Amino acid sequence: MSRNARINTLLLLVVVALAVLPLALGLGDHKEEPFTGADGQAETAITESHPDYEPWFSPLYEPPSGEIESALFSLQAALGAGVLAYYFGLRRGRRQGEARALAGSPAADAPADGPADAPAGAEAGSPRTSA
Amino acid sequence: MSIHEVLERVSPNMHIAEGYLPPVHAAAWSVAAAPFVVHGVRALSREVKANPESTLLLGASGAFTFVLSALKLPSVTGSCSHPTGTGLGAILFRPPIMAVLGTITLLFQALLLAHGGLTTLGANVFSMAIVGPWAGFGVYWLLRRFDVPLMVSVFAGAFVADLSTYCVTSVQLALAFPDPGSGVVGALAKFGGIFALTQIPLAVSEGLLTVLVMRLLMQSSKGDLARLGVLSAKKEAVAR
Repeated sequence: MSRNARINTLLLLVVVALAVLPLALGLGDHKEEPFTGADGQAETAITESHPDYEPWFSPLYEPPSGEIESALFSLQAALGAGVLAYYFGLRRGRRQGEARALAGSPAADAPADGPADAPAGAEAGSPRTSA
Repeated sequence: MSIHEVLERVSPNMHIAEGYLPPVHAAAWSVAAAPFVVHGVRALSREVKANPESTLLLGASGAFTFVLSALKLPSVTGSCSHPTGTGLGAILFRPPIMAVLGTITLLFQALLLAHGGLTTLGANVFSMAIVGPWAGFGVYWLLRRFDVPLMVSVFAGAFVADLSTYCVTSVQLALAFPDPGSGVVGALAKFGGIFALTQIPLAVSEGLLTVLVMRLLMQSSKGDLARLGVLSAKKEAVAR
């Protein structure tokens, strides 16, 4: 594993640890319902501290069950993850394509920068060849 | 039920629920947020027109917010909350553009998930899509001024963007629902204390994930980062 990949993996592991530790250490044990998302609880809480408050508008659409709600949350995460993956995949493909094009073409018009600077090289490449 | 229990139950909710701000508050926050969003839409269309190639990275920044604000993570207080993901876009494209991307995320959650709401959209946009990005970007910009390393500044910016969002939410709730005994200040102290504690580990996670994405961008999109001013030619040469 390269140093870069090691650092990235480490970053991910710390994030996972931060999420898992509260569960593993039982930090929610003092609660009746530990680790709730509590949107609904927030509503009851406000009505309990301010009994006279009436919510004056209700959601146009409410997921009929917790399952549907988590499905929609997963959909949101999946959409985001899909776009991110598309972005990085596209970039990687472009870089590889450029590197291959550079390797395939005669050494004369290939810039000496190497593949690491391929995007910058490619942008500067077209005026250079026309000149 | 004691006020502390009440507050403890409120704390994990990041966005203010539909109908849970009095009409005057809801209207005031919407009026406050609107100019930022309008300005953001202009900035966004200007950016897309001037640099069509940045559309992809704009999409990726919006996608990052989508993913992070769908991740409800457990925290040390025994409740769950979610990060915001607005720091990355604010650092890359400046806060005005994040006002738009954040609003889109909040709209999605308000319309499909009954998370947040339309009447509270203004307040939620103000905290997550305006104050968060500006605070995060401000910290990032200041640290960069003092030549703090890029990734440290990125971490701090994302951390502050996340945490300041929650601070604003506490203020909004405290203003709308002051403590019967100790008033707005009392409610703010309690809201703020609990919010901060729940959110600090999540803000750390958000900072780390933002650093991770920025590292990946450094590998894949040097050209974009240089054009956006995240990497300057000179600093890049030093870093290599």
